[in-house]
Amino acid sequence: MHRRAIGAAAFAAALLTGCATGGDKAKPVRINQDPFPSTYQRYPGAPTLIRGVTILDGEGGRIESGEIVLVDGKVQAVGTGLSAPSGAVVIDGTGKYVTAGIIDVHSHLGDYPSPSVEAHQDGNEATGPARPEVWAEHSVWPQDPGFSRALTNGGVTALQILPGSANLFGGRSVTVKNVPARTVQAMKFPGAPYGLKMACGENPKRVYGSKNQAPATRMGNIAVTRQTWINAQKYKREWDAYEEDGGEMPDRDLAMDTLRGVLAGDILVHNHCYRADEMAVMIDLSKEAGYKIGTFHHAVESYKVADLLARESICSAMWADWYGFKMEAYDAVRENIPLVHQAGACAIVHSDDPNGIQRLNQEAAKAMAAGRRMGANIPEEVAWTWLSANPAKALGIFEQTGSLKPGKNADVVLWNGNPFSNYSRPERVWIDGALMYDANNPRLRPVSDFELGQPGEGDVK
Amino acid sequence: MPQRARRTWIPAFAGMTLAAMAAFATPAAAQTIAITGGTVALGDGSEPIPGGTVVLRDGRVVAAGNVAVPGGAEVIDATGKWVTPGLVAGFSRLGLLDVDAVDAANDVSSEGPFSAALDIAPAVNPNAQPVAINRADGVTRAVVAPAVGKSIFAGQGALIDTGADLDPVTRPRLFQFVELGEQGAEEAGGSRAAAHVLLRNALREASELGRFGSSIASRGPEAQPGVPENPTDPKLLTPQAQRSQDVLLTRFDAAALVPVLRGRQILMVHAERATDILQVLALRREFPNLKLVIVGADEGWTVADRLAASGVPVIASALSDLPAGFESLAATQSNVGRMRAAGVNVAIGTINDDDSRMAFRGRYYAGNLVGLGKVPGAAGLSWGEALAMITSRPAEAMGLGGELGSLRPGRRGDVVVWSGDPLENSSAAELILIDGVRQPLATRQTKLRDRYRNLRQDVLPEAYKR
Repeated sequence: MHRRAIGAAAFAAALLTGCATGGDKAKPVRINQDPFPSTYQRYPGAPTLIRGVTILDGEGGRIESGEIVLVDGKVQAVGTGLSAPSGAVVIDGTGKYVTAGIIDVHSHLGDYPSPSVEAHQDGNEATGPARPEVWAEHSVWPQDPGFSRALTNGGVTALQILPGSANLFGGRSVTVKNVPARTVQAMKFPGAPYGLKMACGENPKRVYGSKNQAPATRMGNIAVTRQTWINAQKYKREWDAYEEDGGEMPDRDLAMDTLRGVLAGDILVHNHCYRADEMAVMIDLSKEAGYKIGTFHHAVESYKVADLLARESICSAMWADWYGFKMEAYDAVRENIPLVHQAGACAIVHSDDPNGIQRLNQEAAKAMAAGRRMGANIPEEVAWTWLSANPAKALGIFEQTGSLKPGKNADVVLWNGNPFSNYSRPERVWIDGALMYDANNPRLRPVSDFELGQPGEGDVK
Repeated sequence: MPQRARRTWIPAFAGMTLAAMAAFATPAAAQTIAITGGTVALGDGSEPIPGGTVVLRDGRVVAAGNVAVPGGAEVIDATGKWVTPGLVAGFSRLGLLDVDAVDAANDVSSEGPFSAALDIAPAVNPNAQPVAINRADGVTRAVVAPAVGKSIFAGQGALIDTGADLDPVTRPRLFQFVELGEQGAEEAGGSRAAAHVLLRNALREASELGRFGSSIASRGPEAQPGVPENPTDPKLLTPQAQRSQDVLLTRFDAAALVPVLRGRQILMVHAERATDILQVLALRREFPNLKLVIVGADEGWTVADRLAASGVPVIASALSDLPAGFESLAATQSNVGRMRAAGVNVAIGTINDDDSRMAFRGRYYAGNLVGLGKVPGAAGLSWGEALAMITSRPAEAMGLGGELGSLRPGRRGDVVVWSGDPLENSSAAELILIDGVRQPLATRQTKLRDRYRNLRQDVLPEAYKR
C-alpha cells in the first residue's frame, strides 16, 4: 500500500519563497497541507507492569500468563518472566486479558453526537453530491459524551470520524486519539493521514434524486463520480506542473485539493459500499481514475467477492449481524467477517454507531463464533486483528499503534475477563501509557462538559 | 408420531439438516417430548439446573428440572447443551416489515386518518425475513407494537409467535401503545402539555362512548361486558351509540380506548424522563382502572422506589447509556439492575433499537447485564434474573406469565436448545420448538452463506447453487 503519513513537520506552514529573487518564473507557493495541526500531547503515565495475564497482541500473537511493560508512553516489552522496571506500578492480571486498544475505523462520534438533536446533525453536507472540500474535524464536537462510553465500556483508544454517506464524496475524515480534550486538534492522532469518505449505492441517489438532481440512479452515481475524478486529474496536472516549474499559480479549490491528495496517495479512500457488484464497479473506477481504494465500509456483501478484495488488497469494515434496514443490506450474512478473513482479505469490525462502538469486542466474538460454526476455526488472537492491527493499517497508523510490539504507542486495554465474553469489561485503559480509565477509581472516569451538572453526572454508564 | 421412546440427536449444523428437521415438523397433538441431559434454565429467575429434563405434552410444558422421563416420550438428548424457554422480545416491531427503507414492505406506522383504532394483527407477516432470522436465534414470541403516525396513539399491539406457519398472532389487541415523552409531545403539536390534554380528552371521548357499551358488547369466549372486541365493529355505528358534537377522535379511535379506560386492555406508554414516568403513574389517580405498562424508562432508576410502589411493570431498554435526547440524560446501563434491586417489575425490551429486526440482541444485552455486576459502582443481574428479563418477565408484564415465557408446568411448549450458555455470543440455537412444534433453523442468510462460502468457479454460476 502506498501511504504517506502527513508528518506534523512536513508542511509546517505556507512557505512563501522566491518573492525577492526575481527571474522569469516566480517560485511556486507551497500549499500548507496541515492547516489544523494536531496539538495532542500524551498525558503522563507511570511505568507499569501487568503480570500473569493473557495477552492478545493485536496482530495475531498470544501469550498465556505473560507480562507487558509500559514505559514513557510506549510498549517497552511483551513476553513471559519479565520483571518490573524500578518504581513501576505492578498489576496482577491473573484471569484477565490484555489486548491492543480497539480502533474503530467508522465512527460519527462528534459529528453526529449525543444528544441527537437537530442542532447536532453535522455529518452530511448534503448540499451537493461531491463535497470533498468539507472536513469532518470541523464538525466534531469534543464534548460528545459518546467518546467516554467508547473508552470505558468499549476499550476504544483511537477512532476515525467520518462524514456521512449522503454524498458521493462526503469529505475528509479525521483520526483521533480517544482522549477528552477542549479542541478537536488536541484529539487528532499525530501523523495520521487524512481519509476521504466516498459512497456508492442507495444513499447518494436517494438524497439527490429526491431533490430531482443528479445523481438519481446508480449509473448517475458512477457518472458524477467519474467526472469529478476527471476534473481532479486536470487540477492535479496543473498544480503538479506549477509546483515543479512555478509560474502563474492556478486557482485553488479546496474540493480538488482533497482529491489531488488522494491521487497522490497521501489521503486514504474509505468507500461506503454495500453490494458486491458495486464494489467491483468502484474498483474499476478507481483504476481508471488512478487511485487505490483502501477500505470498503459496511461491505455487507464482501463475502460474495472476497477473492477479488483479497487480490486488490482492499479491507472490508463490517458489522457482525446488521441486516435488512435497506435493500442494499438485504443479503447480509452472519459469516461475512470470517468469510472475508478466510479468503485472505483484510477484515475489520466497525461500528458506525455510538452504542456499537461500546461493544466491538463482542461483535468480533459473534463473527468468530459464526466462523467456527461453519468450520473456520479462527483463534481469539487472530480475531483480535479485526479490532486493532487491521483497522490501524486501514487508517495508516499501524507504525504507531494497533499492536503490542515494543516501541509502539502504549494503547492498551486490561479486560476483567475474556474480552470475547459478554461478561467481560475493560478494567483499565491506557492511551500512550497514560491511565485514562480505571473501573476501580471513580476519579478516572471522564465526564464531558455536557453531562456536568446533569442527572447522573459521574455515574457508571 | 409413534408412542415409543426414540432418541434424536440434536443436529450440530442446522443448515445441513433442514430436510431432516422438516420431517419432524408434525403437529404437537398427542405427543410427549422429553429433552434430557441439558443444563435447564426455567426462565423464572432461578439459576440453571445441570442435567435437567424438560417434558412437553401436546405442545405444553408438563414438567422441567430434575424430573423423570415419562414412558413413551420422544427423547431428545441435550447432553452438553443448554435448554431454556423460547426468548420473548419484550418490545418489538417484528413481522411488520421486510426492509425498513422500503415503504411498501413496511407497515410499522401509518399516516392515515385512524390512530388508536389501528390493529396491528392483520399487518403481521410471518414470512418476513426478520421473523425467520429472529426465530433461528431463539426468539419465539414477541410483543409487537405499531409506531405512531400522526397522533400520540399508535394503535393496538399484539403478542405473536415466530413459528414457520401462517398463524402468527397469539394475542391480538393485547395493548394500546401511546407516546408520552418527547415523541408524544411532538405528535401532539410540540409540548408535553398538549400530549396530556390529548390523552385526557381521548379517554373522555372513550368514556362517553362507553356509556353505550352494552349495545356494542361482542360475543365470544374472551368477550368482556361493555367492551368492543373489535373497535371497528359495525355495531359501533348504530344510532344508539350517540356522541356529543365536542369530539376530536374518530368514532373508531374513541371506541378503541373504551377497553383501555376500563382496564380490559393494557395501556403501554413510552416514557423515558423521570418526570414523564411520574406523570404516567399519576394517571391512575384520574383513571383508576388503567392497566399501565411503561416502556423505555431510561431514567427509571431515579424514581425506582415510586415505580416499585406503583406495581406498574416496566419494559426497559437494556443497555441505553447515552443522553441520546434530553429525556434520557440520566441513562445508564445500571438502570435495569437498579430498578430490579428496588423491587420494580422490570423486563427487557429495547424500544427504537432496530426493533423491527434485531430482537435477537436481547440475549446479548442480558449477558451484558450479568457482566455489569463485576463493575464497581454498577448494578447488574444474576444469570437467572438476566434470562428471566428476556423470557418470563416480559410475558408477566403483558399479563401472560401463566401462558408463556418460562418452563413452568402449563406454559406453552416454546423451548430452545442452545450449543452453550445462551447469554454468550459464542452460543447458537440448535433446536427450537414453538407450541411443541420443531422449527426450521435455515434462513435466507444461511442459504446465502452456503452459496458463497466457496468462491471457486464451478461449471455453472452461483445462481444454480442451492
